[in-house]
Amino acid sequence: MNLLAVERIKLFSTRSPWWCALITLALTIGFAAILAGASPSDSPIAVSATQFGGSQFGIAVVMVLAALAVTTEYRFNTIRTTFQAVPHRTPALLAKAVVVGLMALVIGEIGAFGALGLAMLMRPNDGLGLHSTQDWLNVAGLGPVFAISAVLAVALGILIRHSAGAIALLLIYYLAVEELVQIIPKVGRHIHEWMPFNVANKFLRGSAVVDGPAPSDSPLSPGWALAYFAGIALVFLLVALGVAKKRDA
Amino acid sequence: MIEATALTKRYGATTAVNELTFTARSGRVTGFLGPNGAGKSTTMRLILGLDRPDAGTVLVDGVPYRELKDPLRTVGAMLDATWRHPGRTGRDHLRWLAATNGIPDKRVEEVLALVGLTSVGKTRVLQYSLGMQQRLGIAAALLGDPRVLLFDEPVNGLDPEGMAWIRQLLHALAAEGRTVFVSSHLLPEMAQTAQDLVVIGRGRLIYQGTMDGFVAQTSEHGVRVRTPHAEELRAALTGQAEFTEADGAFVVSGMDSDRIGQLAFDAGATLHELSPITGSLEQAYLDLTREAVEFATPEAVQ
Repeated sequence: MNLLAVERIKLFSTRSPWWCALITLALTIGFAAILAGASPSDSPIAVSATQFGGSQFGIAVVMVLAALAVTTEYRFNTIRTTFQAVPHRTPALLAKAVVVGLMALVIGEIGAFGALGLAMLMRPNDGLGLHSTQDWLNVAGLGPVFAISAVLAVALGILIRHSAGAIALLLIYYLAVEELVQIIPKVGRHIHEWMPFNVANKFLRGSAVVDGPAPSDSPLSPGWALAYFAGIALVFLLVALGVAKKRDA
Repeated sequence: MIEATALTKRYGATTAVNELTFTARSGRVTGFLGPNGAGKSTTMRLILGLDRPDAGTVLVDGVPYRELKDPLRTVGAMLDATWRHPGRTGRDHLRWLAATNGIPDKRVEEVLALVGLTSVGKTRVLQYSLGMQQRLGIAAALLGDPRVLLFDEPVNGLDPEGMAWIRQLLHALAAEGRTVFVSSHLLPEMAQTAQDLVVIGRGRLIYQGTMDGFVAQTSEHGVRVRTPHAEELRAALTGQAEFTEADGAFVVSGMDSDRIGQLAFDAGATLHELSPITGSLEQAYLDLTREAVEFATPEAVQ
């Protein structure tokens, strides 16, 4: 419990997590506001449309926040002080993953419900609301997806140790690699089905074509999709913990 | 007490610490001396379990560092005062560090007061002067009221007042029975601070013992003699002692000034100068480390 408090103090006593959190919320809720404002009043928007900002852009900023929470420790050598205080290392890094994951979860829930709420206020006649399981997953599911993405970013931050490197890798992968994999002849499509963010999207939006970006082509059910995404993050985290324990600090 | 036994650490082809064995006793300030790149910081990291040795062991109060429970309560260390997030306040830096080992927040205020940073506790560290950062690092080391303290170059960048403050602090900590292990490449400072010495060069032990012993062992550098009767003195000294002549003066080694004076008197040589050359600590240290470089690790000299 001590170590969770430690990571909480660390996270909230610098400015960048606050800025990242604000930017994530602005993107998530702001995008819903733009869509709600710009769509013609005679064509109602769907719940999923209010969530594009979070699931498409917000997630990237949350990962930047999470990666920075680790890489700045390497940058300023506080990781060494941390390992000096917690020589077994794993508990300290695990506590960081938990605290950063929880913060991402909270940001995700505030952002998702904020986006839906604002859209409902702006378009009271569209019948927006949580009417189905799919609606619930699409909105309330953003928190868990943010949390798992954050854990993944923490793991990569531990492995790479440099802010620029970790962020570049995360963003290039998230914004380009998963999409471009589909270009590979024959196998590309099958690989894409199992790419983690594509699978996470299955959990959030299901496979019904509503509007916006193409739906996920993952064959998994929403529940298994979330488990798969979490599993990938967990594997990366375990590898990172193993490496950090062995490595000279 | 810190006990290192045959400690060895390699980074690729470089051997940073080579079969290093030494002890730092409790109740003493032990100076850890060596030129830049001698392996001092590496040794400190090995003591703290930050790096893993390739061979050998190092124990702190009889236990490997990684097996200490709440290690900050046993060992306090400042390896580098810049190991802090510049955007965090000094107080917050100490607060998270205290929380790792269950040290109450009250202690944070105590150590801030102890190092004289109470008034800037809520200022972000990036606005601290070098001296203030150094004080914050020392506050962090003292957080757990540890029995063993490690400081790597604590006076670097400090003004004379700050140096005097650190010197007094180190003495006071040792007087309370703690083990104080402090590295430096600054000899004059070390001479005033340390009671015991561990000297290393190229990762190897050169000297371990008391500061007084070190000075005694290495301070005789001969006697300087000037005389208008050079011929007589030369004749008297030949076969009795080694000597060199330069600028109208003799430098005699292997014979103390009393005997040289007597010899000159017997030979009828008037002396204008008869002065033992007490090499500075600096010189002794340079001589020792030069030897280490020349003879101990020839393969490392390029």
